[in-house]
Amino acid sequence: MRIPVSWLVEHLGFDEVPTPGELAEAFTRIGIEVEEVSPLGPVTGPVVAGRVVEIEELTEFKKPIRYCKVEVGPEQVNQIICGATNFVEGDSVVVALPGAVLPGGFAISERKTYGRVSQGMICAADELGIGDDHSGILVLPTGTAQPGDDAMELLGLNDSVIEVAPTPDRGYAFSVRGLAREIACALDVPFGDPGAVEVPEPEGEAWPVIVEDRAACPRFVARRVTGVDPTAPTPWWMRRRLMLAGMRSISLPVDVTNYVMLELGQPLHAFDASSLSGALTVRRALAGEKLTTLDDSVRALDVDDIVIADDSGVISLAGVMGGASTEVRDDSSDILLEAANWDPPSIARTVRRHKLPSEAAKRFERTVDPALAPVALERAAKLLNHYAEGSIKPGRTDVGAAPLPRPVSMPIDLPDRVAGVRYARGVTARRLGQIGCQVAVTTSDDGQTIVTATPPTWRADLVQPADLVEEVLRLEGYDTIPSVLPSAPAGRGLTEQQRRRRAVWRTLAEDGFVEVKPFPFIDPSVFDAFGLDGNDVRRNTVSVVNPLEADKNVLATTLLPGLLETLQRNLARGARDVALYNVAQVTLPRAQQVPVPSLGVDRRPTEAELASMLAALPQQPLHVAGVLTGHRELSGWWGKGRIADWSDAVEAARRVGQAYGVTLRVVASDLPPWHPGRCAELRVGDWPVGHAGELHPKVVEALGLPKRTVAFELDLDALPLDDRRPAPVVSPYPPVLLDVALVVDASVPVQSVTEVLGASAGDLLEDIRLFDVYAGEQVGEGKKSLAYSLRFRAPDRTLTVEEATAARDSAVTAAGERLGAALRA
Amino acid sequence: MSGANDPYDPKQVAALSAEHLDAAVQKAREAFAGAADLEALAAVKPGHLGDRSPVLLARREIGALPPKAKAEAGKRVNEAQSAIKTAFEERHAVLRAERDERVLREESVDVTLPWDRFPRGARHPITTLAERIGDVFVAMGYEIAEGPELETEWFNFDALNFGKDHPARSMQDTFYIAPGDSQLVLRTHTSPVQARTLLERDLPVYVVCPGRTFRTDELDATHTPVFHQVEGLAIDKGLTMGHLKGTLDAFARAMFGEDSRTRLRPSFFPFTEPSAEVDVWFPERKGGAGWVEWGGCGMVNPNVLRATGVDPDVYSGFAFGMGLERTLQFRNGLPDMRDMVEGDVRFTQPFGTEA
Repeated sequence: MRIPVSWLVEHLGFDEVPTPGELAEAFTRIGIEVEEVSPLGPVTGPVVAGRVVEIEELTEFKKPIRYCKVEVGPEQVNQIICGATNFVEGDSVVVALPGAVLPGGFAISERKTYGRVSQGMICAADELGIGDDHSGILVLPTGTAQPGDDAMELLGLNDSVIEVAPTPDRGYAFSVRGLAREIACALDVPFGDPGAVEVPEPEGEAWPVIVEDRAACPRFVARRVTGVDPTAPTPWWMRRRLMLAGMRSISLPVDVTNYVMLELGQPLHAFDASSLSGALTVRRALAGEKLTTLDDSVRALDVDDIVIADDSGVISLAGVMGGASTEVRDDSSDILLEAANWDPPSIARTVRRHKLPSEAAKRFERTVDPALAPVALERAAKLLNHYAEGSIKPGRTDVGAAPLPRPVSMPIDLPDRVAGVRYARGVTARRLGQIGCQVAVTTSDDGQTIVTATPPTWRADLVQPADLVEEVLRLEGYDTIPSVLPSAPAGRGLTEQQRRRRAVWRTLAEDGFVEVKPFPFIDPSVFDAFGLDGNDVRRNTVSVVNPLEADKNVLATTLLPGLLETLQRNLARGARDVALYNVAQVTLPRAQQVPVPSLGVDRRPTEAELASMLAALPQQPLHVAGVLTGHRELSGWWGKGRIADWSDAVEAARRVGQAYGVTLRVVASDLPPWHPGRCAELRVGDWPVGHAGELHPKVVEALGLPKRTVAFELDLDALPLDDRRPAPVVSPYPPVLLDVALVVDASVPVQSVTEVLGASAGDLLEDIRLFDVYAGEQVGEGKKSLAYSLRFRAPDRTLTVEEATAARDSAVTAAGERLGAALRA
Repeated sequence: MSGANDPYDPKQVAALSAEHLDAAVQKAREAFAGAADLEALAAVKPGHLGDRSPVLLARREIGALPPKAKAEAGKRVNEAQSAIKTAFEERHAVLRAERDERVLREESVDVTLPWDRFPRGARHPITTLAERIGDVFVAMGYEIAEGPELETEWFNFDALNFGKDHPARSMQDTFYIAPGDSQLVLRTHTSPVQARTLLERDLPVYVVCPGRTFRTDELDATHTPVFHQVEGLAIDKGLTMGHLKGTLDAFARAMFGEDSRTRLRPSFFPFTEPSAEVDVWFPERKGGAGWVEWGGCGMVNPNVLRATGVDPDVYSGFAFGMGLERTLQFRNGLPDMRDMVEGDVRFTQPFGTEA
C-alpha cells in the first residue's frame, strides 16, 4: 500500500514531524515492511497553474499535436505545444515554464518543436513526480487554482510516498487509519482516529436486503444518497491522495468509495440505485450464472462465489468486483452505498478462481474490522453530501453482525518468559492498551497475575496468548531481546545413512565427476527417446497440475533425463570431456494410490491416521546417477588419453557401492536406455539396485549425444546399511604367487569364473586378480582365455609352493566342473 | 725369489723393502688420483690392489722369511696395503659422489609440465554449504532431520497453522500434484519437517533440515522454482526468543566470520508467533559491510505444537529457515541464480569438493 506522508501524519500529534526515513524506520521496527520511500518531485524553477485559452489542432503530423495558448499569470499567455488531447479550452492545467527542472533532471526551455515555438510544457502527473499516471496531462478541477499560482504548493510536492507491505495477518494495516495507529504506538505519539465518525440512529431501511448466506456475509450495511450532482468533480486534494496511492480518479462517487477504503480500510461499493430492481439478495452463485464485471469481462460464476443479486440476477461479485449493469455512470445521481463483511476464505477462493486480485478483495481476504461498515458509509455519504450536494437519506440497512474478537487471557509475565527479557512493570498492559485492547489485570486463585485483553474490533488476528506476546515484543523492540545460546542436549551426530551418503557425494567428486542439480520436472516424451516399453515402470509418473513449462509436467522417476539434458547443455557450450553426477529424490507412485485422509490440527493425529497419510505419499527414494562422455583420462604430453567406456560407468557405480560400504555384484542386463549388450545390472546379493553401462546407440542419436556416452544410476536407499566391523588379521608370512590361464566359452561371464575360483581355492587364497583376457585363434572359436594371478598366504607359517599349487588346482578343477573351464595349453 | 732354506733377511728382499713399499703406495695414490671417473678407477685398481700388484707380490715373499722376520715384514706390507685401500676408497667415494650428482642432474625434468591427466570433479556449492551448515549445528548438539519433497498439504500447510484459505497459503506459489484434489504438493519450504520431527522424535528436539523446496517462480537472476532451504527447530522447556537470537548469532558467526551477527525484524509466518525476519551483518558484503536479508524465524506457534501433540504449556521453542541459494549468492557474490541450476561444469568446478 502506498501512502503519502502528509496524509499519514495528519492523524498524529507530532511536536515535530519525523522525516520520511524515520517513519520508514519506525514501520520496519514494529513489523510493517517498507518497500520504498519516494520523495515527490524534485521540481525546481517556475511551475505554475495555467488556464487553457485556445487550442489549435495541428494536423500535419503523424499523431495529434496541439498548439495551445495558456494563461500562466496575470496577463501572461504562453504558446505551448502539447501531445495530449484530454483537455478542453478553459481547463486548469499545470505548466512548467522555461527554467523549470522536472524529475529526472528534465530541464524545460523555450524551444522550437513541430514547427512552432513552445514556451514551456503542460505536465502530466508522472512528469511532475506525483504518481505514475501518464494517460494524459493533469487537468485540475475548476476553481482549484488561478493562472500563475505556484504549483509546488498546489501539488504538495514537498511530500513523500511510503510504500508498505503489511503481513497478511494485519488486515487493519491496509489503511491510513491502521498505519497511523502503528506509528502512534511505535513512536508514542497521540493518535486522532479518522474512524471516530458519528453515526446517527437510522430511520428505517436504506434498501431492502436479504442475506441468505450469513456465513458468507456476516454483516451487510447500506446507505443511500440521492440528488448527487453527477457533474461535481472530485476535489483536488482527494484526487491527489488517490493518485499518490496509485489509484486513478474515475468519478466523485467512485473516488469517494476508494478514498474511504484507503482512509479506514473498509471497501465500499457504490451502486447506481436507479439501475437496481427490487431487493438485494446476498447468496452463493447458482450453477451457470454469469456476471459482467466492471472491467467488462464476462465471468462464469462458481457455486462457491458469493454474489449480490437483484430481480435482474447477479449484479456484483461480492467483495471482489462490482457488476457493469449497476455501476455508477456519468449521470448517476441516486447512489446506494454498500459496506459489508465477507467471509475471508470465500473471497480468497474467488480471487484465485477468477484471477481477480482487487483492492477490495485484498482487504476482505485479510479480514475487515466488523464495526467499520456503518462508520465508513457515514464518512462516504458525508463526502458526497459535501462535494456533490447529495442528500443522505435517513434510512440505513444493517443486516447481521460480524463476530467480535474474544478476550484473551495470559499470565502477565508471559511476554517476559517468551522473550527472555524482564520488561519494566506495566509494560504488557500498557502496550496492549496502546494497540486498542481493553485490558484487565486480575489475580488467579493460585496467585498468578493474569492479564485479559479484549482486542479491538480491527484485530481479529489476536486470538491466543502468543499473539498478545508478539504485540508486546514488537512494540518494545526485538532489539531489546538478548542473545543467549541455549545448551542443547548432546546429539548423536550424523546417522549412519547420512555419513554414507556424504561419502558417496564426495567419492564421485573426487573421482572426477561434477555434481549438477537438474530440476525434477521432465517431459514424459523422453521415455520414448529412451526406448522404454509402454508398460515400463518408469513411465508411471506423478504429474504436476501447474508446471512452469507445460511439457515438463511430470516428476522424474529416474535422474537420467535431467542429467542428459544438462550434459547436452554443457556440450552445446563447447565442453567435450564431461562427467556429471546428481544425487536427488525421485518420485515413484505407489501401485495402489490411496487418498490423503482429511486430518484436523486440533490434536496429534493417531498412529493409524498418520500411517494412512504417509501411505498416501508416493515413494521418494534417493538416487545417484552419473553420465560420462569424452575422455576419462585426457591426452597430453604424456601420451594418448582414454575415452570413457561402459566400464567406467560400472566402475563408478561400484565405487559408489564401496563408499556406501557394500560390494555391488554385476550381472549382464539389457534395460533401456542402455545398450542391450553393454548394460550391467548392479546387485546387492541378488537384489537389483541399479544399472550401468553404455547408452543405446538409438538413444544417443535421439538425444543428440556423442557416441558411446555412458551412464549409471543407483537407488541409494536400496543399499543396505551393512554394519560391517572388519577385524582383519594380517599375516606377516611371505605369499606364494601363482598365475593360471583358463579357457572358457566366450559366453561365460568373467565374474562367474572369478567367483568360482575364489570360492574354491580355500582359505589360503588372499587375493585373486584377472590380468588378461584373450580371444583369438590360439584358444579357438567361441572361446576366451582368462589369465588370473592368485596370491596365497598362510596366517601362521610360510606357505609352501606345493600347498598353494594344490589349492590352485582344486580351484581350477571346480571351474572346470561348473563352468567347463580348461587350463590353457 | 729366494730359495726355501736360504738364510734370509727381509731387509735384503727388495720387494719387502720400505722404499719399495712406499713407492708402491705412492704410485697407487698417483694412479687413483689420476683416474677421472669410476671406470678409470676400476681400470687402474688391479695394478695396485690386484693379485699381481707390487704389494701383493711382496706379501708372497713373507712366507720365505725366517720366523722372527715375518712379523715385521708382515706389518710393513699390511700398512702399505691398507694405505692403498684407503686411497682407493677415498678416491672411489669422491668419484661416486660426482657420478651420482651427474646422474641426478641428467635425470632432471621440467616439473612445470601440465599435470591435468584426470579431469577434475567437484561438488555443487549448495551441497557443500548444506553440509557445512549441518556440521555447524551438529557441533551445537543438533541432529539432521529429513523429509520428502512431495508432501501432503497437511504437513506443508495445515499442521503449520496455515488456514485453509488464508492468503499466506496462496502467497507460497505452490506446485500442486495431480489430480487437483490430491492434497499433495511439492513442499514450498522445509518447514513440514518441523511437524514430522515433532511427530517422530522424543522431546526435547534440536534439529536442522537442509533440503530441496519448490515454488512457482519463473527462473531468473534472483529466483528459481527449485531451491534449497535449511530449517532449524528447537523444542525444549524454557526456550526463549533470546535463545533463538543466540542460536542465529552463533550460526551467523560460523558462516560469515566472528564479526557477524543477526538482527530481527517483526514479521509474520503462520507457524511462528512471534515471528521475525532475520538480517545478517555481513562484513564482506559487496559494496561494504552491511545488513543482508537472510531468512525467517520465530517462536513455534502453539497451534503447531498442538497439531503434533506437544503441550504448549510445557514446551516452547523456536524455528528458523534460510535459503541456501540466497546465502550462497550474497556470500560468494554470485551475480546470477541461473548458474546454480543450469549445471555448467565451468560454474561448479572451481568449488572443488569443499567450498
